[in-house]
Amino acid sequence: MTNPNNISLNISHALEFIDGHALNIPTLKILSEQGDILDGATKSELDKETALKIYSTMRFIRLLDERMQAAQRQGRISFYMQCLGEEAAITASAAALKQDDMIMAQYREQAALHYRGFTLEQFMNQLFSNEKDLGKGRQMPVHYGSNELHYLTISSPLGTQIPQATGYAYGQKLKHIDKESGELNSEIDNVTICYFGEGAASEGDFHAGLNMAAVHKAPVIFFARNNGYAISTPADEQFKGDGIAARGVGYGIKTIRVDGADTLAVYEATKKAREIAVTTGEPVLIESIAYRLGAHSTSDDPSGYRTKDEEAEFKNNCPVARFKAWLLKQNWLDEKEDEAIKDKIREEILAALKVAEKVQKPALEELVSDVYDTPIPALQKQYEELKEHIKQYPDAYPITAGRIK
Amino acid sequence: MAKMNMLHAINSALDISMAEHPQACIFGEDVGYFGGVFRATSGLQEKYGKHRVFNTPLTEQGILGFANGLAAFGAPALAEIQFADYIFPAFDQIVNESAKFRYRSGNEFNVGNLTIRTPYGGGIAGGLYHSQSPEAYFAHTPGLKLVVPRNPYQAKGLLRACIKDDNPVIFFEPKRLYRASVGEVPEEDYTIEIGKAEVVKEGSDITLLAWGAQMEIIEQAAVKAEEAGISCEIIDLRSILPWDAETLIKSVTKTGRLVVSHEAPITNGFGAEIAATIQKECFLHLESPIERVCGLDTPYPLALEKEYVPDALKVFEAIKKSVEF
Ligand SMILES: Cc1ncc(C[n+]2csc(CCOP(=O)(O)OP(=O)(O)O)c2C)c(N)n1
Repeated sequence: MTNPNNISLNISHALEFIDGHALNIPTLKILSEQGDILDGATKSELDKETALKIYSTMRFIRLLDERMQAAQRQGRISFYMQCLGEEAAITASAAALKQDDMIMAQYREQAALHYRGFTLEQFMNQLFSNEKDLGKGRQMPVHYGSNELHYLTISSPLGTQIPQATGYAYGQKLKHIDKESGELNSEIDNVTICYFGEGAASEGDFHAGLNMAAVHKAPVIFFARNNGYAISTPADEQFKGDGIAARGVGYGIKTIRVDGADTLAVYEATKKAREIAVTTGEPVLIESIAYRLGAHSTSDDPSGYRTKDEEAEFKNNCPVARFKAWLLKQNWLDEKEDEAIKDKIREEILAALKVAEKVQKPALEELVSDVYDTPIPALQKQYEELKEHIKQYPDAYPITAGRIK
Repeated sequence: MAKMNMLHAINSALDISMAEHPQACIFGEDVGYFGGVFRATSGLQEKYGKHRVFNTPLTEQGILGFANGLAAFGAPALAEIQFADYIFPAFDQIVNESAKFRYRSGNEFNVGNLTIRTPYGGGIAGGLYHSQSPEAYFAHTPGLKLVVPRNPYQAKGLLRACIKDDNPVIFFEPKRLYRASVGEVPEEDYTIEIGKAEVVKEGSDITLLAWGAQMEIIEQAAVKAEEAGISCEIIDLRSILPWDAETLIKSVTKTGRLVVSHEAPITNGFGAEIAATIQKECFLHLESPIERVCGLDTPYPLALEKEYVPDALKVFEAIKKSVEF
């Protein structure tokens, strides 16, 4: 019989509804909270060099977050967002990819960017929106991006990167499609990973992006960061049913749920997801279960909507400490040396902050560049008028006045 | 009368509206227990319960689709979009649905009970996506009303009028003024008529027109102009759709000059519609070309916000240019 509905018919005579939680997808966990490999766990392929790079990235991001959170409170930058509680999920997933795979992030994924090689100075230049910022001082702090590092510049509207990731990944796949047969004629060399929160997964863009990826088979790894909250809204006011993973299944996408505080579990799951994507050209969804240990952003105060007990419980399940315990047990890390390195990073961060803070803001022409490839006539005229105005009142526009030609 | 900031005034208008109708609902991202990211809905969930004041999932499209349905049912739907910059995912629901419900059904159905509140505008170091003034996109859509208050007193009276109005209304709240602007506001109920501009100060040489947060700027510019011996008439448009051409025509007929100012980019901003209308209606009374002091035709910047924004100095220069024409 033909099957125009594209479903597997399984006739029943019992009037039964399937419960929204019926799927009950398991959560992959490899490392115990004490840093031991759990009995029966999938063997991890993580080598020493990668493991130490992951660890040093997590450590760096913790220190950067801590310092910049404080810098915001001192009024030195206007805004900040920490990765706190999700360092393992972000770093280990980024580590499981190739350096030139595309990353499309939401905003809390600075660890993936640092893993790729975004330097301390680059972070600082963006945070201070100075003239060395790759984004030319146009966006709020933490809206990083780097073409060289294959990290799409962050856009604030939530979820917009999800269908874009599908399209980008489809482009990556097209290179490998055989002209004659229309089939994949080799492994795909690059994939796209797309990070988003469980909150953003409510946006229409999420549904559009997943559906397009599933139907048109795009090699994209959807990485849902379920950290329990979207600003003040807890996950149980965000969605019903078995999490974001169940939606992946619903869209016909291969799906796995991982303990997002478990570096090894995230690493193995993402490695496998990449393998599926490059060999089949199809999307994969990973749901990482973690906890947003900090505030949503520096504009937020979580004490109003979650209890101290809840926060304390998750503080004890620190992803960085868990991974560190494993590294120590492997004899890949030495406690003393670790402390020394931390002190050094702290000093470097402070020094870089002081430098970036003093770099001047972008010149006036950056106000009108990049709106189009070249400014259109109306804008050109507005710019000339603005220059005249600033020359007339230089004291009122101290950032740019002295540099107008 | 009580001293209130704009957030308190808005909260008070919502509180009265919730008490007035047993099915009125407030919903949006984080508006429940937390009271919204700016705390405009603080305390209302405690007072009216989780069925009527609730957090929605993060979906503006969903919020407005839901709101359209709820309003079509007959319950006052008081939807919040967390930032006006994030109203665009709901664009289809607003422009194709809210605005056309009544027309397309021959008034078999309408969503007159819908009020959308959303913080708009710059001045908070928010960059591209926390500073936009999207009123002009909606001003091109018949079937909607658009209202923008300039201070707490106006905010409460206008919001109450929006909620009582039998049409879908978008109420743009100038977020820069939420806490910065404090004034006397009656604790009891009152409304301010939608569609009427207000002559805030009378003058004889030139008319200055703005709305919302930009009112403060033209008032500062007027002070400078008065020092230079130029008498300014200041008008708050208050309602962008429908807009009060009559009050403005009367004023420009008297002064012969007009400066319009808004934060949104100049090209196709609502100032263009105003200039076109006044040019036609007051042609023989105009002493100089109508000046517009607006945002540049660029996205809203961060580091160079001061350069971008139509400030009092730029308005002052436009006033001089107009008077010296
Ligand atoms: C379209 C849109 N609506 C609203 C916002 C405001 N906003 C910024 S972050 C956020 C919460 C996001 O939560 P989630 O996706 O779960 O990510 P998390 O912050 O937990 O990492 C909201 C509502 C936005 N940026 N874009």
